[in-house]
Amino acid sequence: MRSLIGERQWPALSATAYVHVLPPAQRFVLRGDAAARAAAESALGVPVPQQACRAGTDGARAALWLGPDEWLLVAPAADQEAQGALEHALGGLAHSLVEVSHRQLGLLVSGPEAERLLNAGCPLDLDIGPFPVGMCTRTMLSKAEVVLWRTGTQEFRLEVWRSFAPYVTAYLAEAARGI
Amino acid sequence: MNEGLRSAHGGSIDRSQVLHFRFDGRPYTGVAGDTLASALLANGVHLMGRSFKYHRPRGVLAAGAEEPNALVTVRRDAARETPNLRATQVELYEGLDAVSQNRWPSLAFDVGALNDLLAPFIPAGFYYKTFMWPKRAWHALYEPRIRAAAGLGRSPTQPDPDRYATRHAHCDVLVVGAGPAGLAAAQAAALAGARVILCDEQAQLGGSLLSAPASPAARELPGTLAALAANPRVTLLPRTTAFGYFPHNSVGLSERLTEHLANPAPDAPRERQWQVRAREVVLATGAIERPLVFPGNDRPGVMLAGAARTFLNRYGVLAGTRAVLVTACDEAYQAAYDLQEAHVYIACIADVRAENTASAAARAAGIPVMTQATVLGTGGRLRVNSVELARCADGLVSERTQQPCDLVLISGGYTPSVHLHSQSRGKLTWSEPLQAFVPGAAIERVRSAGACRGVFAPEAARADGTAQGAAAAAEALDPQRSGVDPAHGAPRTAAAPARAPDGALAGALPQGGKTRRRAFVDWQNDVTSKDLALALREGFRSIEHVKRYTTTGMATDQGKTSNLNALGIVSRALERPIPEVGLTTFRMPYTPVTFGAFAGVARGDLFDPIRRTPTHGWAESRGAVFEDVGLWKRARYFPRAGEDMHAAVARECLAVRAACGLFDASTLGKIEVVGRDAATFMNRLYVNAWSNLAVGRCRYGILLRDDGFVYDDGVVARIGESRFHVTTTTGGAPRVLAMMEDFLQTEWPDLSVWLTSTTEQWAVIAVQGPKARELLAPLVDVDITAAAFPHMSVALGHILGVPMRLFRVSFTGELGFEINVPADYGAAVWEAVWQAGQPFGMTPYGTESMHVLRAEKGYIIVGQDTDGTVTPDDAGLSWAIGKSKPDFVGKRSLKRPAMNAPERRQLVGLLTQDPKVVLEEGSQVMAQPNAPVPTRPLGHVTSSYFSAVLGRSIALALVSGGRARSGQTLYVPGASGEAPVQVSPTVFYDPTGARINA
Amino acid sequence: MLLINCPYCGERPEPEFVYGGEAHIARPKDPDSQGPQDWVRYLYRRDNTRGVHAERWRHTHGCGRFFNALRDTTTDHFLVTYKTGEPRPDPAKATP
Repeated sequence: MRSLIGERQWPALSATAYVHVLPPAQRFVLRGDAAARAAAESALGVPVPQQACRAGTDGARAALWLGPDEWLLVAPAADQEAQGALEHALGGLAHSLVEVSHRQLGLLVSGPEAERLLNAGCPLDLDIGPFPVGMCTRTMLSKAEVVLWRTGTQEFRLEVWRSFAPYVTAYLAEAARGI
Repeated sequence: MNEGLRSAHGGSIDRSQVLHFRFDGRPYTGVAGDTLASALLANGVHLMGRSFKYHRPRGVLAAGAEEPNALVTVRRDAARETPNLRATQVELYEGLDAVSQNRWPSLAFDVGALNDLLAPFIPAGFYYKTFMWPKRAWHALYEPRIRAAAGLGRSPTQPDPDRYATRHAHCDVLVVGAGPAGLAAAQAAALAGARVILCDEQAQLGGSLLSAPASPAARELPGTLAALAANPRVTLLPRTTAFGYFPHNSVGLSERLTEHLANPAPDAPRERQWQVRAREVVLATGAIERPLVFPGNDRPGVMLAGAARTFLNRYGVLAGTRAVLVTACDEAYQAAYDLQEAHVYIACIADVRAENTASAAARAAGIPVMTQATVLGTGGRLRVNSVELARCADGLVSERTQQPCDLVLISGGYTPSVHLHSQSRGKLTWSEPLQAFVPGAAIERVRSAGACRGVFAPEAARADGTAQGAAAAAEALDPQRSGVDPAHGAPRTAAAPARAPDGALAGALPQGGKTRRRAFVDWQNDVTSKDLALALREGFRSIEHVKRYTTTGMATDQGKTSNLNALGIVSRALERPIPEVGLTTFRMPYTPVTFGAFAGVARGDLFDPIRRTPTHGWAESRGAVFEDVGLWKRARYFPRAGEDMHAAVARECLAVRAACGLFDASTLGKIEVVGRDAATFMNRLYVNAWSNLAVGRCRYGILLRDDGFVYDDGVVARIGESRFHVTTTTGGAPRVLAMMEDFLQTEWPDLSVWLTSTTEQWAVIAVQGPKARELLAPLVDVDITAAAFPHMSVALGHILGVPMRLFRVSFTGELGFEINVPADYGAAVWEAVWQAGQPFGMTPYGTESMHVLRAEKGYIIVGQDTDGTVTPDDAGLSWAIGKSKPDFVGKRSLKRPAMNAPERRQLVGLLTQDPKVVLEEGSQVMAQPNAPVPTRPLGHVTSSYFSAVLGRSIALALVSGGRARSGQTLYVPGASGEAPVQVSPTVFYDPTGARINA
Repeated sequence: MLLINCPYCGERPEPEFVYGGEAHIARPKDPDSQGPQDWVRYLYRRDNTRGVHAERWRHTHGCGRFFNALRDTTTDHFLVTYKTGEPRPDPAKATP
């Protein structure tokens, strides 16, 4: 039996200078109470934030607060330990852990005009004061829901459901002409 | 350009930069900084338009956004034709090509002007009264003719080739209007450290200062603007109209980016629409000069005094050579002085008031002044050549004089521009001395500054702006407050500072009796004072009714120059004060906004997201025809050369029944329900019993709303003790998840269970048909023999090394599997299964074949065979209900008597007598042939296809008491006659289910 | 565009929210014991208030939480927002 592992395919994207597609990653939606949060935090070794709309990261792994009992956990595709550690730590606790690695993909929007580019379709105030580095939230980019995470003063990571990704990239490419 | 009409120096134009342009095909020249209106006036052209109804020749009345007459079409090419632009706002550029509107064959000789001779016969309401008979002629004849004769410019017929940008922006203080008050407000707010946006509709910031260049504030203007521009927390937006005020301090701005350029870059956006959220808003929108209402006041050459002053001081253009000023206020005298200094001969000043200091001063300066004056008429055809003045005291007219002139300046005082304050739902209060409404209590966090609240004098307006800007910044930056929480109806702005009131007049000038000549109130809609009087005679009292009957204030200018005069006339006739007569509502947009700006980026492929599945490319390469299902593109059928849809669908269906088919089911909604209480949650939500569903098994689930009607359906698999894989309809995925979350969060927060959408995590590949097992078995590491993996099983395993969730389910009635693999592997697994299926005669099939296959088996599609009024029993699905459960969503409603009435519409099969006749979906089902109209149908056809495997048509229908009618003959009327049909069971093919359990 | 104060995320723009109808209409604990009139009242009867209205919102495109709000339907102003399960605040005491 031949194996198809390794033959991953990505939807066609029209990237502009401002938008890059990030490599595949492991993603999990963690739902649960304080005990589950704490267990995930010690298992992953990154802060799993209690504060609303904040991301905890050590560079490779990250935990994004998306709701009062909901976190998006991200780890590199090559990270062999993350899933096992999570499942082990959460074993006896009330929780839900669902893998969504392929549900969405990551986009990096960067550059001095990143804020304005996103504001073409995103109604949030993205000024560095109200939306500091490390802030993350679900929101709308025009007609697509995205997770928006500020990873630098001029750098945002977007998590977009895969079938919306061509729309989001095309939208940003078009909006970039109107900055 | 007529050199004699251009002043030697002054203004904010660049006389050295000559621009060529065309108006109605004739070449002219202007200079940089001109508007189309100022450039035409500099060429001695006053006639710029024809009026809406009477086709009367019209000149420019105003110098800004309020212009009602000089509407033009500017064209760049066939697709770039913009109608109904105000010539006073069109910036001149090299090569500008503008044409006048509503005239034929030419502006100077317009056949439509016959209407003017017929004017006595076409007063307000004429259309309503006259064109009533015969009734159908209104649509066929009258309305098209009237529309052709009346009206404005034409819309371009080609798609808009331009690009439009959008932007969301936030600030502490948004200042609307960059006149003396707005500039001061922006400066004060910026000084306090606020994030400021300052917008102005004009190309240059400065507002009224640009028309009074000698004033101290005007001399400081360049420095003020430079300081604001240098502040990184200040955004200056010229050419930007604040067109609408929306709830919670959300203000819509329309920024014009390329309209003023001779050769805009083809890629550059034409406009940008801003949605600004401001913690505080300062409105500094200024005031609009009010015309006077007297006979012949619409003749070209009759112009607002302030407009003439603007044309002179800002554009260096003399609007005439011999002028008469008719005024009800002091402010307008300045226009006479300025024009006189520019060597325009001021023949006379007619002040409608009694002797006053302004009139005395003018007389002392050597200008003849008549007080208690009125105007009885004007002379001239395409340009005014005389004005008939008289004294009018106690209703008696005396001292009639004919005054030759080529320019009549008029001013009835100033009307504060309260549009945006009113749009924000702020109250308006009547100011008796101003004869105008001014902003009252605010609803939003908004305050007004300067002339828009009656503080007219530039220095006072500037001080007011400083005060309001500082107050706005202080409130915006107050750390105690959040966002744009409400003003709670408290007045945000203190009363206007006390000052000596200037004069103002709302109403018409006295005529000392009846006159046959018409005095225009609303220039753009051709409403006269007589029309208003007629409306009142006919019994209209509310200003809202008078407005609609006469159409006053209902043109594209929304009555900027006419509303208060109309109110004054109505008030006087009814002998009721103006505040009692009321004021009509101000609505957005302040000036018209292009549709493109509203559409922004959302056009073509970006109108809505287009969702494609991981195997979309494969289907495309096979020539699939796609259909829209919600936002998804789904392959509908795969035609071979020469096949139409029916041929392709028949072939696909037969292949599935005979061998095997491959189908993309990825768009089905998927929700992972996980937690200790997952089964309890499913029990409470779905009609089915879930506790007894073993791990590794699936069940067809039905979801109701609490009103008992079918909401969604789908296969639910139990993956683990506390983990369910729930599928929903393609279109239902978001609303099912929302309903689940609603019950979980608000009714059953005690349950330990969570929901995660996994729709896009999985690509779903359906393999259906008698050969399905044989071809799949070698690819998977799961035992899929009939004994080990019966119908409605689920297993976790691998297909060619790729992790999968394998379902044995069928929506075709055949032996079938649905392979769920992580979406990135979807295309590769699909291709591998396709290759493996070749020896077995595998055929790809689309949604159209899927619909036929499921209908042959009587499987419903929620939303097609149900419509929100169908119970499980109506749909023949009572068997699915877990009857021993104490409760589930919708259970109580199913016990209501009406939900069990025998005459309810029930899903049945219909077989046409003629097997070749395919009923039309949506057709009514009748008990009798040729039933007389009106009649009551028994039901309607929900699904109808030609079934290739059965060699005949089949249909599903909701029919009153349908199951009891089995075998009866009913009648379905259609376009090609009435088809007799026989009521049948809903399962047309393999009723014993032998094939599905193979 | 309304600005809505999500009790979890703070003030956020309207496109992130979905309106959820009148608040404080609890589903009866034992629907089967409900008389026909009571059940119909639960299903269909709503107040359509002019003035201060208690209503549900969901921060669908944010934290996903349902919550309640007091909104003045004549001005669109929110007096207060509060979490599901909390009692309806006294509008007079509600500080925005």
